Amino acid sequence: MTNAADLPAWAALPTALLLLLGAGLALTGSLGLLRLGSFYERIHAPTLGTTMGISCVLLASMLFFSVLQTRLVLHELLIAVLMVVTTPVTLMLLARAALYRDRSEGCDEVPPPPPPLPSSPDLPGGSPQTQVSTKVFERT
Amino acid sequence: MRRWLPFPLLTVALLVLWLLLTGSLTPGTIILGSILAIGAARALLTLTPPKTRLRRPRAAFRLALVVLAEIVRSNWAVARIILLPATRQRKSGFVRIPLDMRAPYGLAALACIITATPGTLWVEYDSADNTMLLHVLDLIDEEEWVRIIKDRYEKRLVEIFE
Repeated sequence: MTNAADLPAWAALPTALLLLLGAGLALTGSLGLLRLGSFYERIHAPTLGTTMGISCVLLASMLFFSVLQTRLVLHELLIAVLMVVTTPVTLMLLARAALYRDRSEGCDEVPPPPPPLPSSPDLPGGSPQTQVSTKVFERT
Repeated sequence: MRRWLPFPLLTVALLVLWLLLTGSLTPGTIILGSILAIGAARALLTLTPPKTRLRRPRAAFRLALVVLAEIVRSNWAVARIILLPATRQRKSGFVRIPLDMRAPYGLAALACIITATPGTLWVEYDSADNTMLLHVLDLIDEEEWVRIIKDRYEKRLVEIFE
């Protein structure tokens, strides 16, 4: 195992600062889950932890292990790349599920689905619920 | 050549991923990684993904820098919204943004960029009239968001993917 006490001060200081900053951002994101009002507002909060929060922690990790093992340790970059590619998918799934539920419940706070194009006027006006389900059916 | 290496960029990326994961550069790991990367790329061929080509690597690099700067800036902005007591009435809301881009990879990249940036969220895409629904945490001017998305991101993505 590596020994943290062997780390020279010039590397220990930025490592500690980056770790604190990253942890602080992740904490702020979690606080946002408590403080923000609606679902669509709350879904913005965790992105703090998944973007700059994780970047700071990963930079700290790269610096720490690169200095201690006196070779470049880069596999943290993979975590960053995979994080950037996967978290938006989760957030979009959650947001779309919420939007679908709110629309089918007839909630006023979400915008209606876009009106059908003039080229396809066969969609009946009907209730918002039938419109939503036709829309989804078309997309599959 | 095309039969054995259908996706050269992806193959190289997978090999780099393997080398980073194992953390060594011995001939053994390089050979094993190459076999796995070539096999995985050939497996992808059966899924017949839509064809694309990274036309402007430099434009992609510039876009990455823009996105990085924007992520840092909006991290700060969203952290302020969460931590500081509200000094003014903040309003969040939806904006529908008309898009010109149709390239599927460009749209996917735009969705990831927007959602990864704190404070903005890609909610919905309508392929019939090519519009997207954006949710903004701190919505002041709707017109400005349409301009930001189109000028800052869409223009560059069109350059790269179309």
